[in-house]
Amino acid sequence: MDGLGRIVAEHPFFAGLDLPFRELIAGCAKNVRFEAGDYIFREGADANAFYLLRDGRAALEISSGEGPMVTFQTLDPGQILGASWLVPPYKWDFDARAIDRVRAISLDAVCLRTKCEENHDLGWDLMKRFVPELSARMQAARLQLLDIYGRKS
Amino acid sequence: MDANPNAATAVSSAAMADAMLPRRFHVARKRNETADTLTFDLAPADTSDGFSFAPGQFNMLYLFGLGEVPISISGDAEQTDRLVHTVRLVGSVTDGFADLKRGDTIGVRGPYGAGWPMDECNGGDVLVIAGGLGLAPLRPAMYHLFNHRDHYRRVSILYGARSPADIVYHDEIQRWRQQLDINVEVTVDHADLRWHGNVGVITPLVAKAEFDPANTTALVCGPGIMMRFVAATLERRGLASDRIYVSLERNMRCAIAHCGHCQLGPHFVCKDGPVLSHDRVRDILQIAQV
Repeated sequence: MDGLGRIVAEHPFFAGLDLPFRELIAGCAKNVRFEAGDYIFREGADANAFYLLRDGRAALEISSGEGPMVTFQTLDPGQILGASWLVPPYKWDFDARAIDRVRAISLDAVCLRTKCEENHDLGWDLMKRFVPELSARMQAARLQLLDIYGRKS
Repeated sequence: MDANPNAATAVSSAAMADAMLPRRFHVARKRNETADTLTFDLAPADTSDGFSFAPGQFNMLYLFGLGEVPISISGDAEQTDRLVHTVRLVGSVTDGFADLKRGDTIGVRGPYGAGWPMDECNGGDVLVIAGGLGLAPLRPAMYHLFNHRDHYRRVSILYGARSPADIVYHDEIQRWRQQLDINVEVTVDHADLRWHGNVGVITPLVAKAEFDPANTTALVCGPGIMMRFVAATLERRGLASDRIYVSLERNMRCAIAHCGHCQLGPHFVCKDGPVLSHDRVRDILQIAQV
């Protein structure tokens, strides 16, 4: 397995991935780096990748309308960044910014979607990894919406 | 409301009269935690006797002319010359705390209730998980853990707040984070770009906390829905429900299991609680409108 394939396989999101799938996914992968403060992607732009975070943290931010930008989630190394590449029209719904220097594996969305169409076993494996992640984030969003800690200071 | 017949037998008239009599305390120090939350140091006014309590217990604080409210004790149980209480201004009585000045007198009844199972924590990993003002009832437990650090294995403190401006005990949390043998994680539900810490709900912190499920005790306090999700996450990690302790907030009035205002299913929260193991209250917490 080459370097990228090994890095992909070692990322927690792809734990236990079968070797043939690793090779298919690694074919869509490249190393990327963002300096602290850099935007990894911007709201409304094409969702043409998703990221396996290796080092550094990323913040997901959204405009609060009249006020300043609001951070609603931070992501740590070992987590994934971005799900909009899975869902038409493949546009980012928010900004992602590097809090620290971020090193990540970027997985090309068109490449991955094409391989998933060609190999539904790969697609199903990816879905089984993404759905729990999306479910957890939806549950977190619900708790945030409930504003469980009460009155605003 | 009529006295509860089940509880009344447990408290004699004389004992009840004593238990209903407040001691006078002076406000020795007052400080702002957040825009709507204050912390008071109280010193006994009537005698030089100290005030003993166990981590997790609460007092009834009486503002003369306004009324009485149950407030958890949030200081160090080993410092018996001062009582510390953190109060959120959420109603007519608690709003009155905003007007208190140094030297003012209030009434204190207590301590009441069952506290955190510090003995049960001995020798194992300890998770302290707080949401919002739920950090206040847990702070005495944390002091106990710090004061007897060698009695425990891994200690993790996980704290979730609404926003950076809503974090209580801010400076103290920063000091805790500098301790090398305690893991402290803080997250807020949302923040502006000046905040560089974690953002998100507390459950992911629970999901990745390091502990041995076979030898861990979790102490949890926060809003009911937060405690439900935290307990569910801990159970998914393999922690038994009877090793998860939650502190319940209810409408305590007499605080001696006499009036029944705080009754939650078979439990009188003022006497059986406020700290109860999750296996005893799990089903009740899932019932709406309790």
